[in-house]
Amino acid sequence: MKKELKEGMRDGIPIGLGYLAVSFSLGVAAKSAGLTAFQGFIASLSNNASAGEYAGFTVIAANAAYLEMALMTLIANARYLLMSCALSQKFAPDTPLKHRLLVGYDVTDEIFGITIARPGPLEPYYTYGAIIVAAPCWAVGTALGVIAGNLLPLRAVSALSVALFGMFLAVIIPPARKNRIVALFVLVSFLASFAAANLPLVSQLSSGTRTIILTVAISAVAAALFPVREEEEAVA
Amino acid sequence: MKHNIYVYLGIMAAITYAIRVLPLTLIRRQIKNRFLRSFLYYVPYVTLAVMTFPAILESTQSPVAGAAALAVGIIAAWCGAGLFPVSVSCCAVVFVLELFII
Repeated sequence: MKKELKEGMRDGIPIGLGYLAVSFSLGVAAKSAGLTAFQGFIASLSNNASAGEYAGFTVIAANAAYLEMALMTLIANARYLLMSCALSQKFAPDTPLKHRLLVGYDVTDEIFGITIARPGPLEPYYTYGAIIVAAPCWAVGTALGVIAGNLLPLRAVSALSVALFGMFLAVIIPPARKNRIVALFVLVSFLASFAAANLPLVSQLSSGTRTIILTVAISAVAAALFPVREEEEAVA
Repeated sequence: MKHNIYVYLGIMAAITYAIRVLPLTLIRRQIKNRFLRSFLYYVPYVTLAVMTFPAILESTQSPVAGAAALAVGIIAAWCGAGLFPVSVSCCAVVFVLELFII
């Protein structure tokens, strides 16, 4: 076995364990949107995205238009666009297309993190090692969440349903601590989202549509008022 | 009309993959536009924040427990806890609080 593949698998184990727990709560969300365990498994295996899948399940639950699903997926996963842009700069220029296509399968916060943190040009086999271990955990955890969401007492489901939000907080709070502008806009987003959920007219829109509108508007205002310098982007 | 779940899943998968793979295959040099770079930089934080609040209050049996989970999650992440510990502490606080509230 290639040395890089082995190293990747080793680093993929803690990621996989975390995935197993968090995707379980995603499975609970999938179940309440009406998905079967098999559909939850397929969704996770083909998406590898926490926020994106969660957002997608809210669209399914609302029986909203396919166009809304497309827009929602685009917005909720926009950060992967940014990560892939960053990763594109790390590939050796002569890297064959097949490696670019395969690495693109699983650009998540964690896989991106360990891939970009590894010194030198991107080594695809290292990333594959981590993916082989972590991606099945994500899919299996989701299926288990759909199944066991039924068997668990309501109290336990209630507790597990915040695991996903905990993960979101773990992604946004550390950069907010380092960067006051990010902290400001996290706060603005909380307030605007709360207002949009309660104001007349706006609250009639589906939660997915509200998320899309708020994300585009707030991010555009932030980008116009506080354009980032190169060195700040490194923390993203 | 009831939409087909597999069509939904297909759209999700296709768009998610496109988002990840297009930059990897098409971009061979740096993005220069400063507004676009800044916009992409802020999007992840804004979208996750919008999705977290107030939805976290509605996800638990008692909104008070959801609010406590939000506070504990923010504090834990602020203190440098990783993804898994933050998630677990949010779950734990909801479980314990709802033993008393409900």
